[in-house]
Amino acid sequence: MSSSVNQGRRTALAGASVVAASLGFPAISRGQSDVIRIGHLTPRTGFLGPLGEYAVQAADMAVAEANAAGGVLGRKIELLKEDSVNPQTASTKAERMIERDKVACIIGEISSASALSLSQVTERARTLFINTGANSDELRGKGCKKYMFHIESQNSMYVKTCGRSLMAQGLVKGKKWFSLTADYAFGHDLLRVSKRFMSANGGDFSADKLVPTDATDFSPLLLEIRNAKPDLVISNLAGNQITNFLKQYSEFGLAFPVAGFGFDTALAWGAGRGNFLGTWPVVWHHLIETAETKKFVAEFTKRYGRPPENQAWGDYNAIRLTLQAMAETKSTESIKLVEHFEKGAKFGLMKTREGYFRKADHQMMHEMYTVQALPVNEIKNNYDIFRSSAPVPGPNESLEVIATTSEENECKMA
Amino acid sequence: MQDGLIVLFLQHLLNGLLAGAYYLLIALGLSLIFSLGGIVNLAHGAFYAIGAYLALTIGNQLGFTSAAILSPLVVGALGVVIERVLFRRFYKSDPALSLLLTFGLAMVAEQVLRMVFGAAPLSWSIPPELRGQVFIGDFIYPRYRLLILSVAVLCVAGLWVLLQRTPFGRVVRAGVQNPEMLGALGISLQPYMAAVAFLGVGLAGLAGVMLAPIFSIHPAMGAEIITSAFVVVVIGGLGSFWGVVLAAIIVGVTKGVVTALGYPEQSEAAIYLLMLLVLLIRPRGLFGERIQRFE
Repeated sequence: MSSSVNQGRRTALAGASVVAASLGFPAISRGQSDVIRIGHLTPRTGFLGPLGEYAVQAADMAVAEANAAGGVLGRKIELLKEDSVNPQTASTKAERMIERDKVACIIGEISSASALSLSQVTERARTLFINTGANSDELRGKGCKKYMFHIESQNSMYVKTCGRSLMAQGLVKGKKWFSLTADYAFGHDLLRVSKRFMSANGGDFSADKLVPTDATDFSPLLLEIRNAKPDLVISNLAGNQITNFLKQYSEFGLAFPVAGFGFDTALAWGAGRGNFLGTWPVVWHHLIETAETKKFVAEFTKRYGRPPENQAWGDYNAIRLTLQAMAETKSTESIKLVEHFEKGAKFGLMKTREGYFRKADHQMMHEMYTVQALPVNEIKNNYDIFRSSAPVPGPNESLEVIATTSEENECKMA
Repeated sequence: MQDGLIVLFLQHLLNGLLAGAYYLLIALGLSLIFSLGGIVNLAHGAFYAIGAYLALTIGNQLGFTSAAILSPLVVGALGVVIERVLFRRFYKSDPALSLLLTFGLAMVAEQVLRMVFGAAPLSWSIPPELRGQVFIGDFIYPRYRLLILSVAVLCVAGLWVLLQRTPFGRVVRAGVQNPEMLGALGISLQPYMAAVAFLGVGLAGLAGVMLAPIFSIHPAMGAEIITSAFVVVVIGGLGSFWGVVLAAIIVGVTKGVVTALGYPEQSEAAIYLLMLLVLLIRPRGLFGERIQRFE
């Protein structure tokens, strides 16, 4: 008789285990006209949420500074910010920002999967999209778009930058790598790129394991690694995965050298004292010895009580260079900005050399760095936990030497 | 070589057991609260996260041991408050309502953690005296994980004694089976509900403390663990203490064995397949009791 209640309770319990995983929060803001609106979309929850928070803080700061200096073209800037959550939500929200809120451009993203779907929306609407955190080569190759530009480096730039350090350490030629890869668009792309690097330089993979993005327990993989005795453990992981991996690698006390091809400083900071180890590539970090970097770090720290990490650099500079381009072209029209970028306009990026968007695939050409974990006894605070290489490429090299060649990653723009 | 493989297999087995142990700490509380009040507590993972954040907040001031003792107590007390203010109103209502309530509660808790502590993972490590590994020949295992395993075993033993060997436990078990009869005998379940909330939620807090040094501490960490814990409860069956314990071991070992066979990527999917199979054969779970009011 009361079997429907029974069904209800039991179904509810079973259903609960499915529902439990997905928790998301929209954040909505709106404003008036006669301002220049910029849409900011980036993951603020989920496994990339930690990085999205830096992105949002930096974007806020860039806009506040621009408005304090009088805005651009006599107009104030208004930032519309939302959590992009996943590829479907990202494109829906981008559509709404463009159609309803009439944003001049969209800036942000960290997930390669979301950036791909978002770029299809901005392309249809002929609206500028600057990708600040998605690394996949595919976004600059098969998926490249006329209206999409990338201030974030592509996977190949990360691999070739870090690869230089690894070759110098003798960890490539004739060596066996064991890699752990984030199981989504970014990771698959990065694995492909790192395998190409390895086979071109005379090394090999003894194993490559895919890891679900929400995996927290790395212990089974650590046991596999210990058993395989590789020459180098490679992390192609992303977001919180990296923090979990670092903590547990040090817990298991494994002694194989570690390097990674995807990295965000905040994840190393989150691993805790003595848990960060290895060699990692970064697009920018807070210890770079330039006046612009020092100023940015000081301002950001004053505002938010912690130093900025590389994702903050990406969104801050993406907004600054967009506003600079608007001022230089005296226009907020996407097509004018695209043409300006394509002509090779130069932008200061807080590094020793200026950067520019390469016309062929709209990738920012700029210096990168590898950082190496400091031994525990040399660490003085929770943030300065690594030492940096000199900029890569070196002062006498073309900035393009670390980027993909057109054979490696062909881009055909419509 | 053969020996090496056996050792590796044993390590994965032990590792699976450990995974079972930390699911268990979450699942026992879930099961207790559901069995007695009929509340599917989707916010249970949030209490786990709060436990971890409290651990490092307290730990940074007073050290790991104080954090490990204080944090579960504070989280348990929070559980009592939530039980008094919120859960109590939903014991007799449609389960969908309490599901919505706790789902909302989980989101609120996650966002509060994000607002207070920020979204970036916070740093926290295993205390130096608990670091290191145990070696037996080729066999290696971190000392800290063995500690987690022993804490889980102690919790199971303690809870079992409490439920099976004390007057308190007798009332709780009777309450699970037939609350009306208990009422007719003049026993009010209310204080027992509060105690069960304290125990169940406190255990989640304890899991948070124990896992904080080896897992990333971030606001959504609760959502990461709650799903597997639910699987354990569903497989184990309602109202059955040993069902949940056994399910945790089976789930853990399944993960370990699937990993050992060379499919770490599939180990997560395997436990859902296991849940499906168990539910097909035994819709009440392994040892699910026939509870009158849920039938």
